[in-house]
Amino acid sequence: MAKDLKEKDLKQVAYYPGCALEGTGHAYNRSTKAVGKALGLELVEVKDWNCCGAMEVKNIDPQVQTYLSARNLTKTEEMGFNVVMAPCNGCYHNLKKAEYDLAQNPQAVEANERISAKAGHHAYRPGGVETIHALDWLKRAVGEEELARRTAGKLKGMKVANYYGCMYTRPRHIFPEKDQGEGSESTYAPHFMDDLLASAGAENVDFPLKTACCGGAHAMSDADTSTQLVLNILTTAEACGAEVIATECPTCHTSLEIHQLRAEKLLGRKTNVKILYFTQLLGMALGLSQRKVGVAENMADPRAYLREKGLK
Amino acid sequence: MDTVFPEILAEIDAGLEGRAELPSPDALLKRAEEILEAWLAARGEVPEAGEVEGFRLLALHRQGCKGTPSFNACRETCREIVFRRNVTLEYGEDTVTAHRLEAMVVKHLALFVGGKLEQTGLGEFCCSSRPLHAGVA
Repeated sequence: MAKDLKEKDLKQVAYYPGCALEGTGHAYNRSTKAVGKALGLELVEVKDWNCCGAMEVKNIDPQVQTYLSARNLTKTEEMGFNVVMAPCNGCYHNLKKAEYDLAQNPQAVEANERISAKAGHHAYRPGGVETIHALDWLKRAVGEEELARRTAGKLKGMKVANYYGCMYTRPRHIFPEKDQGEGSESTYAPHFMDDLLASAGAENVDFPLKTACCGGAHAMSDADTSTQLVLNILTTAEACGAEVIATECPTCHTSLEIHQLRAEKLLGRKTNVKILYFTQLLGMALGLSQRKVGVAENMADPRAYLREKGLK
Repeated sequence: MDTVFPEILAEIDAGLEGRAELPSPDALLKRAEEILEAWLAARGEVPEAGEVEGFRLLALHRQGCKGTPSFNACRETCREIVFRRNVTLEYGEDTVTAHRLEAMVVKHLALFVGGKLEQTGLGEFCCSSRPLHAGVA
């Protein structure tokens, strides 16, 4: 289904922000919408959306999690859309996984039909909606050439380590559109964020931990391990010459920001690399103000650095 | 945490901070294998001696994933260790950086696997919490 979609199909898509983008990831929500608007794209929020089940429900009952994600796909269909964009890696992963499970697992289908009937709505059938990430959306709806034209190299001189986290590409079998050769995303070496930011003039550094675990899932039960993992990501990015780590997931982003502060406070290890959503960077490259893309909401204040780079 | 982890982390930190020589590229690769051996041993498995794509580390990772899909979160970490080791050994240019990056990635593997070993005792609250699925936690 993915390869059948044309650019015009992505000019207006259903938008599933997910819970994190209404809380800790608010700046991602704000900047994603602002970038879309600046590029003439329209996001239509899924009506009456619910939590995708994230890790909490999945850990207790994976089939309930499949239902919760599938319900969002049902709601998308009810609005007449066949594409839903989910900017959070966890939501994106779960919606893709629901699509896969409902096509492959009769027990998941039975549970989805049973709970949907109880809830009084039709059960989602696989193939009705394609879930895409914000990276897919901008890459396919706009593309590097147009972004380069619109941004005029405003990120020039900015050295960026692109951090995708471990959920964007894993497990491979739920992302059938990836690893399809030229033009498709890679699960081994993802590059869509690199491509988009490079088109705006950024210099991407060779960063070996772009899909490494940030310890996000351990944040509550073993915060010290998370701090060590994040500190290693930050110091490795700095060793690669990065001034900025670009993120595309609210969980990863929050984890990097919180543990950057925690590493300094508890371990006395200060790192200077700035952490920004890729949509914040693209937004500023498109001429939007720091305020418009929610930079003040970032914990590790990057405003002075951005001003130095001419991004106001 | 298994005793091998503090030793590996201390060795790499000393190398990165300039207090000692970094282990050689192949020694770092061996350290990465020891990390996965510790993971397999903790699960009561005998680490296999075979190779995948010419590297035992990748075979150990494949073995370590069986029954634990969340362990795939370190798949690219293992591949990066192999890649950086190859770059360091094969190319003269910029090998100092590649060598340091290999060490940093091995450190990440140690932290990730060490964390997962600790979590196993708590019920592995990660992306696929098997003890909870199975109703044994």
